[in-house]
Amino acid sequence: MIRFAAASKSYAVDGALVPALHPVDLTIEAGEVFGIIGHSGAGKSTLLRLINLLERPTSGKVFIDGRDVTDAQGADLRRLRAGIGMIFQHFNLLSSRTVADNVAFPLRLHGGKDDATIAARVDELLELVGLAAHARKYPAQLSGGQKQRVGIARALASRPSILLCDEATSALDPQTTASVLELLADINRRLGLTIVLITHEMDVVRRVCDRVAVLDAGHVVEQGAVADVFLHPRHATTRRFVAEADHREGRGADFPGVSGPLFRLSFRGDATYSPLLSSVVRDTGVEYNLLSGRVDRIKDVPYGQLTLAMHGERLDDALAQIRAAGVDIEEVAR
Amino acid sequence: MSPLQTLFPNIDWPEIAQACLDTLLMLGGSLLFTLVLGLPLGVWLFLTARGQLHAKPKLYGVLSLVVNVLRSVPFIILMILLIPVTQAITGVSIGIRGAIVPLVIGAAPFFARLVETALREVDRGVIEASQAMGATTGQIVTRVLLPESRPGLIAATTVTAVALVGYTAMGGIVGAGGLGALAYQYGYNGYKPDYMLVTVALLVVLVQILQSIGDRLVGRYSRR
Ligand SMILES: Nc1ncnc2c1ncn2[C@@H]1O[C@H](COP(=O)(O)OP(=O)(O)O)[C@@H](O)[C@H]1O
Ligand SMILES: [Mg+2]
Repeated sequence: MIRFAAASKSYAVDGALVPALHPVDLTIEAGEVFGIIGHSGAGKSTLLRLINLLERPTSGKVFIDGRDVTDAQGADLRRLRAGIGMIFQHFNLLSSRTVADNVAFPLRLHGGKDDATIAARVDELLELVGLAAHARKYPAQLSGGQKQRVGIARALASRPSILLCDEATSALDPQTTASVLELLADINRRLGLTIVLITHEMDVVRRVCDRVAVLDAGHVVEQGAVADVFLHPRHATTRRFVAEADHREGRGADFPGVSGPLFRLSFRGDATYSPLLSSVVRDTGVEYNLLSGRVDRIKDVPYGQLTLAMHGERLDDALAQIRAAGVDIEEVAR
Repeated sequence: MSPLQTLFPNIDWPEIAQACLDTLLMLGGSLLFTLVLGLPLGVWLFLTARGQLHAKPKLYGVLSLVVNVLRSVPFIILMILLIPVTQAITGVSIGIRGAIVPLVIGAAPFFARLVETALREVDRGVIEASQAMGATTGQIVTRVLLPESRPGLIAATTVTAVALVGYTAMGGIVGAGGLGALAYQYGYNGYKPDYMLVTVALLVVLVQILQSIGDRLVGRYSRR
């Protein structure tokens, strides 16, 4: 478990202290995939780096598994860091070492392991990330996705309980992003480690995260279960991220030529695939126009979100019947 | 008469051979000590600079000033200024051994600057990743900075070796021997142009050899 207690960070810029992160209170549970989303400069990296103390908080505290680590120093700090893996947007591999030596690097840092043990562990890790055939290559000979897999193998080498991902897929194309995210989700399931992932893409959060915090100009403006935040964003910044993920930026609820009230229906789980709308129409005689919508998954749970214009004498009955099926309804202002 | 003798009637070839040997000894000895002193000095400069792993701006300022002063004094002047120091360290102020002290003091700060520059080329992210894995500063220096900047360090060594060839030639003027001394003695003072030609040609060949060894090693270790 990772806990920030009013942790803040300011940087000295030209002699003045400029706040990058305002006091944050946040708890990340053991074993979950926690997303931190925000625009560039929002303070995501700063928040993430407070966890392994690459940055020290200016005020407040950081707890890991209940222990106050804010002031950890020397050997204690290095031991702490050995228990926290980290991967990066630009991979940060050692260009002068082979894939196998990159993965072995953290194992050799802390001593106490013989070459055979290290070699066996490296093989196991390269197998895990699907790079067993590339052990003797140098990073420059790999694709971006392969480099990130090396980064992941290296980060897992010391069997950490926490994995920090700083925009780990931002330099990758969509397909490679999908496969790296799948690997991360798989690692989370199989090894049960806590993953803290920062990104500027809501789609990344939707695919792998259990919970999410939205960071805006150094403030956590919203946090909660991904499904709640994704389907019912409250803060303007969150709404923008969700709209981006739905590819409907800027269009809002502007549907010229459509009359009658607009509703947004949010389905979750099994309700998503039930023939609800057709039975409502049959039972109540209302009519609807489907204006926009999306049916997809949030991590492993199916969901749907549809915007409809509905009209008819028995509109209230129709809405009641939809609600009774466990579907959320919001009336959309136009 | 052999063709060599017809072309260069004045030249005493055994003397040239001896001078070559002297130059190589001076170069080898001074390069060795330059690397041994300059590398740690360069690492120290790198680590103490603003924003680096062990930022100590004041210490960096002092180190930097010393390096700049030593680099800006012309080598020939440095050599004369250092005569008492040389005498104290080696017991002699002339000859090959006498030349090595000023050569090293002239070249080590130069090399240290090149080392500092090469280390700055190492990706910050890689250093950060090593810190995140719990590496000590010592481990970062020996396992990350030096290996990652190896091509740059080899290039720095090549440039320094070539500069030292020039310095050894100057050293000849204050009696250190070597090819430079011959060129000066017979070529300039004694006006035997064939001496000048042969010694300069040999120095050019030496520089060419050093440069091509350096370039080949840089190629071998470049992984980007
Ligand atoms: N080492 C630093 N020195 C000064 N300012 C910094 C430093 N690191 C980050 N900042 C500033 O802090 C703010 C947050 O940065 P960061 O945490 O990197 O944001 P993000 O990762 O969300 O893009 C930015 O305005 C950035 O310019
Ligand atoms: Mg960032």
